[in-house]
Amino acid sequence: MEPLVLHYDVSGTDFTCAGEASGKIKKTLKELGFPASLIRNVAIAVYEGEINLVIHGGGGVIDAEITPECISIVLTDQGPGIPDIALAMQEGYSTAPDNVRQLGFGAGMGLPNIKKYTDEMIIESEVGKGTTIRLKVFVK
Amino acid sequence: MKISEIKSILEADLICGEEFIENEVFTACGSDMMSDVLAYVKEQAVLLSGLVNPQVVRTAEMMDMKCIVFVRGKQPDEDIVELAKEREIVLLRTKFEMFTSCGLLYKNGLKGGCGV
Ligand SMILES: Nc1ncnc2c1ncn2[C@@H]1O[C@H](COP(=O)(O)OP(=O)(O)OP(=O)(O)O)[C@@H](O)[C@H]1O
Ligand SMILES: [Mg+2]
Repeated sequence: MEPLVLHYDVSGTDFTCAGEASGKIKKTLKELGFPASLIRNVAIAVYEGEINLVIHGGGGVIDAEITPECISIVLTDQGPGIPDIALAMQEGYSTAPDNVRQLGFGAGMGLPNIKKYTDEMIIESEVGKGTTIRLKVFVK
Repeated sequence: MKISEIKSILEADLICGEEFIENEVFTACGSDMMSDVLAYVKEQAVLLSGLVNPQVVRTAEMMDMKCIVFVRGKQPDEDIVELAKEREIVLLRTKFEMFTSCGLLYKNGLKGGCGV
């Protein structure tokens, strides 16, 4: 079977729309009849990633590939990059400015949370060039 | 507890979602930090929040929550209400502050469950 391929652009300036792509991916998975718990895990991980695209990455793209066995998501931005990935992965580490905290984010929990809800997480990042995060959730 | 009971305990106004108000919910959590809700909340169906922006609805959506209670009388704007309607999430507004709202619901049998 051909995988279902989805592509979304994520604005780096419109915080109001952040979550639009995650919501659409969630809806698609629901329509395809995946188990509710798997859908929730994917939705939370993609949403955390989408919020990061907006607040840290200056916007970017989300690509999803869906097969009956695996949901693969790639989040890509051309933002500032992550200088120390191990540090960024630590719970509580955040460089989010105050205005982001006032919006309810910036606890430094996003990346560890993505890890928790996915089976595979690979971060590639280069300072000044951007960040790519590849996620996989297997359908058990 | 039915969502309609939450409404009456908190003397809340119904903003949207009338058709779902007789649905049962068992647990709730209260937070202004969506990061924490995404990271620590498990199966809670009700989110109490003093934060009012579209991401509160999105967070509830991703976590399959059924109802959001805006505390301290905060009124969401039309875009937020529209978002909640599309996602079939009930929105309530109470004049009580966060601590009091949580206390009233807890006292009446709604459970927490936030935590690692
Ligand atoms: N796409 C990105 N581009 C550049 N830096 C990033 C990106 N994603 C994450 N980071 C860096 O990694 C840190 C940790 O990210 P993480 O998602 O864990 O926390 P946060 O976004 O700061 O807060 P939270 O996710 O709890 O709202 C960020 O504060 C930021 O410095
Ligand atoms: Mg984050």
